[in-house]
Amino acid sequence: MKKSRRSFLKVAGVSALGIGVAPAIKAVAASSAHAAAEATKTKNPEALTAKRWGMVIDTNKLNDEVAAKIVEACRKTHNVPDFHHEPDPEKFPKNRPVNQKQEVKWIWEEHFHNAFPDKEDEFLAEKFKNLPFLVTCNHCKNAPCVQACPTQATFKRDDGIVLMDFHRCIGCRFCMAACPFGSRSFNFRDPRPFIDEVNPDFPTRTKGVVEKCNLCAERLAKGLQPACVEVSEGAITVGDLEDPNSEVRALLNEKYSIRRKQELGTEPSVYYIM
Amino acid sequence: MSKNAIMAGLAVFVIAALFPIWFNFGGTEAAPEPELSAKAKAAGKCVLDKYDMRANHMSLLDEWRDSVVRDADRKYNAANGKQFQMSLSTGENSCLGCHEDKEKFCDKCHTYASVDPYCWECHTTPKEINQ
Repeated sequence: MKKSRRSFLKVAGVSALGIGVAPAIKAVAASSAHAAAEATKTKNPEALTAKRWGMVIDTNKLNDEVAAKIVEACRKTHNVPDFHHEPDPEKFPKNRPVNQKQEVKWIWEEHFHNAFPDKEDEFLAEKFKNLPFLVTCNHCKNAPCVQACPTQATFKRDDGIVLMDFHRCIGCRFCMAACPFGSRSFNFRDPRPFIDEVNPDFPTRTKGVVEKCNLCAERLAKGLQPACVEVSEGAITVGDLEDPNSEVRALLNEKYSIRRKQELGTEPSVYYIM
Repeated sequence: MSKNAIMAGLAVFVIAALFPIWFNFGGTEAAPEPELSAKAKAAGKCVLDKYDMRANHMSLLDEWRDSVVRDADRKYNAANGKQFQMSLSTGENSCLGCHEDKEKFCDKCHTYASVDPYCWECHTTPKEINQ
């Protein structure tokens, strides 16, 4: 078939028009679809909120049994590894032997003279000498770990919870050096062999990150109280320190309480009722 | 004499430089299709549309993890009107809540593309735990 120059130019003109117009039509269609709905991110409606989260531990209601239950509940909820036994050699054949110094701590028992070294007293009431004081991250108002962290993996949320972003932690351990309470632990090894029952609702950690208590931020977001509060039989209360009508403030008004290493000025949010 | 040495050297260089090309020649297999679980098939719609998801799921996950960890925003109201829980591995309406089989859905393509995301060093799938 032979084409005249005239018919060729006609076809070329129409196709050029088509090539020019199609993207314009597409762009218009896309922008109208875009305007229809925009993806948004929101909090769960049932989430518990506070201006500044705090914890009150009533030492009168603590005994060894309750303390052990609390530590266990925290462990299970957050897949905290337990370095008290060798893992199953069948499941994890290439495991190095356990080293107790690699312990990971979220909430743990401490003696009075370790928890409150500044309040040590020769004639201290007998009951304090034997009490298991539960210590944990204090979620300080002026958290030194947050200031020390070079990658902002540790940060303070607006509601006062000092959190770890495990995705960002480079394992430099500056935060551990900065924390005056020893509340942070480093994962020297893969923790999974030391977790008896993995809770699928919370990630395990990996070798090379620092971790600590997160005040059950993931449970608060679902409208649940922290795991330790649930099993504490009233010994631990968590609530809003800045709300004068909150349960924690009522407790603090009623009874005498102390905080750990107050003279350092980190303003801990964990109170101990004596 | 030196001409021969140069030619030999050149030949060795060309063969070495082109080695990756002819090594992979003819041995290509088709890219695998991720297998949808029954739940995912029933749901019909994902967070983004299929092709957008294929290309951008990693940036979406990155955005999600920052949002969850740092802002405590855990609900995602997608542009297609559906609501999702911004969680990789747990609960209803999360990634693995719908795409239940990680091996068939995630690993297939990741293995093919030699991509090794370190998500699973911390996050667990229910299946993995039961093993």
